[in-house]
Amino acid sequence: MSTKNWPLWEIFVRSKNGLEHRHCGSLHAADADMALENARDVYTRRSEGVSIWVVESKNITASNPENNGELFEPAHDKVYRHPTFYDLPDEVKHM
Amino acid sequence: MSEEQIKNLEEQFEARIARDEKIEPKDWMPEKYRKTHIRQMSQHAHSEIVGMLPEGNWITRAPSLRRKVALLAKVQDEAGHGLYLYSATETLGISRDEMYEQLHSGKAKYSSIFNYPTITWADMGAIGWLVDGAAIINQVPLCNTSYGPYARAMIRVCKEESFHQRQGFEIMMKLANGTPEQKDMAQDALNRWWWPSLMMLGPTDDVSVHTAQSMKWKLKRKSNDDLRQQFIDQTVPQAELIGLTIPDADLKWNETRGSYDFGEIDWDEFWQVVKGHGPMNKERMKARVGAWERGEWVRDAAMAHAEKKQERKQKQAG
Repeated sequence: MSTKNWPLWEIFVRSKNGLEHRHCGSLHAADADMALENARDVYTRRSEGVSIWVVESKNITASNPENNGELFEPAHDKVYRHPTFYDLPDEVKHM
Repeated sequence: MSEEQIKNLEEQFEARIARDEKIEPKDWMPEKYRKTHIRQMSQHAHSEIVGMLPEGNWITRAPSLRRKVALLAKVQDEAGHGLYLYSATETLGISRDEMYEQLHSGKAKYSSIFNYPTITWADMGAIGWLVDGAAIINQVPLCNTSYGPYARAMIRVCKEESFHQRQGFEIMMKLANGTPEQKDMAQDALNRWWWPSLMMLGPTDDVSVHTAQSMKWKLKRKSNDDLRQQFIDQTVPQAELIGLTIPDADLKWNETRGSYDFGEIDWDEFWQVVKGHGPMNKERMKARVGAWERGEWVRDAAMAHAEKKQERKQKQAG
């Protein structure tokens, strides 16, 4: 058994310029350089990407689904943040 | 948590799945859901990894450069599929090393189909056409399964898998249209791989133990027998098209069912292979464990190198 296991990295791929990087999975690598090389082989074998980000998984802080109520529900009753909340005369065609 | 609270959470959980909501890694889930997913997903990952061995056997002896690049790409895809699935399984709280340990110790299973030998080039055709064909039938419904990371991994896998089946069928077609010896070779491969491919879709519904629960969790969308029938109905006409004969004397089109009737599957053989007595079980594990052990110094050296680089960087910055 190896003394130390390779850490886990989260992989983000930009499929083409103009689009954002998207999370596509994770992999193990000894360091960031190797994570980039492995990500190229594992996640872009069919030209799926033009740019790769790798982030060591332990550096990601995620919200807890148990707190989803406090975090996200307050937005539900703020319908005035959407354009359809406002009444306009029919004569106004584009606004 | 009290028993009642857990029961409550479980009901909410089942309702979410029934509404077609996805479950994500940090969501609460019943222990049984977690365990069942770890078992099925890691087994799936192990199958991809062990599945590289029978085909790897022929890479150096592929009959042309065209066949060789295709086979190499296919085997590389299988490594990739194994890695997607391992990383998806890790989101359930099991480490990669634990999964490897389970595979290497024989505690975890992999698809029994890979315990058959690949003795001729035609076996590369039969595996792509039949084994990948059966795998696709199994996997397509999983693109919709309830566990988000598994579903996303399966979408990638399925997208990549269709080339695997086509390259296999093309190999078979070429051989079937070749010299009499080549055609015999193709027929022989079909004869050997047909029944194991049918078994690959799992035990019959009446003995399959996990079906009901797995259906509820969308780990399974169709029963083993339905999947098997679908595989047979789609494959028989393909065999006819290239002039090969399915090795089943009882195979017959059933007008009323709109499906093929087929002969008895030798389930004793299936269980023998599952229990480790297939023709290649020992060799497969020997190759896999050997590769893992021989690679240990490389993994350690890579880690030591990474640490040294990191230290040097910190010294320069400090």
